[in-house]
Amino acid sequence: MPRWTMIEALNNALALELEHDRRVLIFGEDVGKNGGVFRVTEGLQNRFGEERVFDTPLAESAIIGTAIGIAVYGLRPIAEIQFAGFSLLAFNQIVSQAAHMRSRSGGLYTVPLVIRAVFGGNVRSHEMHSDNIEGLFMHTPGIKIVIPSNPYDAKGLLHAAIADPDPVLLLEHMRLYRSFRQEVPAEYYTVPIGKAVVVHEGSDVTVIAYGAMVAVALEAAKQLESSDEASVEVVELRTIAPMDEQTIADSVNKTGRAVVVHEAARTGGVGAEIVAVINQHCLYALLKPVERVTSPDTPFPIPTVEDLLIPTPGRVVNAIRRTLEA
Amino acid sequence: MPFPLTETMHQVMTPEGKIIGEVPLLSAEQLVKLYRWMVLGRAFSDRMVALQRQGRMGTFSALNGQEATSVGLAAPLQQKDWLAGSYREILSYLVKGVPMQAIMKLYRGYVSDDYSAEAHCLPIQIVLATQLPHMVGIAMALKYDRQPQVAVGVCGDGATSEGDFNEALNFAGVFKAPVVFVVQNNGWAISVPRSKQTAAQYIAHRGPAFGMPGYLVDGNDLFAVYKVVCDCVERARAGEGPALIEAITYRLGAHTTADDPKRYRPASDLTEWGKRDPILRFRAFLFDQHILSEKDNDVLHEEVTTEIEQAINRLEALPPQDCAQVYDLVYSELTPQLKAQRAQIMRELGRE
Repeated sequence: MPRWTMIEALNNALALELEHDRRVLIFGEDVGKNGGVFRVTEGLQNRFGEERVFDTPLAESAIIGTAIGIAVYGLRPIAEIQFAGFSLLAFNQIVSQAAHMRSRSGGLYTVPLVIRAVFGGNVRSHEMHSDNIEGLFMHTPGIKIVIPSNPYDAKGLLHAAIADPDPVLLLEHMRLYRSFRQEVPAEYYTVPIGKAVVVHEGSDVTVIAYGAMVAVALEAAKQLESSDEASVEVVELRTIAPMDEQTIADSVNKTGRAVVVHEAARTGGVGAEIVAVINQHCLYALLKPVERVTSPDTPFPIPTVEDLLIPTPGRVVNAIRRTLEA
Repeated sequence: MPFPLTETMHQVMTPEGKIIGEVPLLSAEQLVKLYRWMVLGRAFSDRMVALQRQGRMGTFSALNGQEATSVGLAAPLQQKDWLAGSYREILSYLVKGVPMQAIMKLYRGYVSDDYSAEAHCLPIQIVLATQLPHMVGIAMALKYDRQPQVAVGVCGDGATSEGDFNEALNFAGVFKAPVVFVVQNNGWAISVPRSKQTAAQYIAHRGPAFGMPGYLVDGNDLFAVYKVVCDCVERARAGEGPALIEAITYRLGAHTTADDPKRYRPASDLTEWGKRDPILRFRAFLFDQHILSEKDNDVLHEEVTTEIEQAINRLEALPPQDCAQVYDLVYSELTPQLKAQRAQIMRELGRE
């Protein structure tokens, strides 16, 4: 089995889709000749032609707006937004149009659209390039949001997103793009949207994370387990919306303690929703208040301080310890 | 410059109904049908405004004065051509085959689930100019699929200030998409006159700026609109790319039933534009050519009134909107969250 980075896994998934379904079209800024600024679409235009993989003018709203039309028509557009922070130029098209087309048309039209966008910190990128925007879109009925933490899931979730009849936002973390390789089947498979997964079993406390924070949570678990302080269960969401409440509830009802970790700012974020889910399903099993480890309620931390302000294994360990105090 | 700036306004029929240009080749039957649509649009709009005043309909945007553009842009389209516009394009939607019931349900606050798939119209757009990139996308898909259809995107003069208007034209030009843009320049964006939307003399000038022809047309002249739209649609169908049409018309009514134009618009405007009423102009032609008699006209008005009253009766006989339906339309399948929320409200409403 090949060992691929997330970029290579995504590239393979896109190539498979283009090969097997003529309805699939890929477009965005620099995705053609250049193969994308991170090379996710490398070689695809050469192989499949300019009609299927093409560069657009620099206009995020029109990229998503035209993708909506293409999807309504019945093709399977995959639109790339070069950095998730720039997706706000297309906010209306995503939130009021793509997400609401089905309900506004009384179910007549559907928007089988995949929006791919890169985001995330710890890579010293310039402002607006790192912004975690999933919370803004999670509040939008009608779209699904997936955030993979590894190459295998990235490929499987992308295939699932393309097969999904509703608009899906696939957020790819910049730090995970090339940070490690993993065995990835070269053939088609899907990872289900809307399903979380227990990536590490434990019994004393549940850490809930997604994207790049999964590795941070796992590192914290490892530290506490090697010192015999606690047995930590790590739940990876994979899908932010719709959230898999059952997997969260099952784990927290078992452990009685929970720590929520995300790279985005705190207030009104994904973590707040997770805490509400725990409150609804696990209140009487809870032994301690749920902890949140997040970035601060500031614009995304600037490069010189991001390593200090984005959640680290150390901060997650501290939060877990707080839930273990007598 | 590949496309010259157009300063000439296309006109076939003067406000008095005198022919000064080439009349499109249409049979007497077709001409009466177009006239009937214009009469229906006016009557529908007046009735909707009256129903709103009586509390039987939600806020409505009157269509009065723009019937020639609305009918003239939709009538040349084939059934499988696509159309998207805003709330001011309702008459175009009716011509294109959207059932009156779908529009009435929308304004009465129902789920608008009567759009017919055959009409190929996107839901009436609320966020200005947003529908134009959708039409460019559909046109790109048609081109990719080697289909002979075209897409038509319509907006008002106010919407041309939006980013999406300009982004849509730019994409259409770059991808040579088979799309025709029609701007219903009715002079007003609620209270803001056209002169305050752009310092350019004509919106049509933006066509050449984006690499496509721009046409100015007398929007109260049915024949002129019909002819220019036909030309642009056929050009797009032949693979020659997009076009922009600016139809100069006038909003005789208020922006919506919640608006009072007396606050910002001189009464003399209405007197002036009343003389250019598109329905009176076309009727003068039909009378003059003996295509329609006074008696035919009376019968036609009665038929249209009956058709609208019957639609209202059907609408008002509908059962109340089922609140459960709104949950079912968000995703292709109910998410676990929606399933739980739906079940809870059903329990609370005693509808288990």
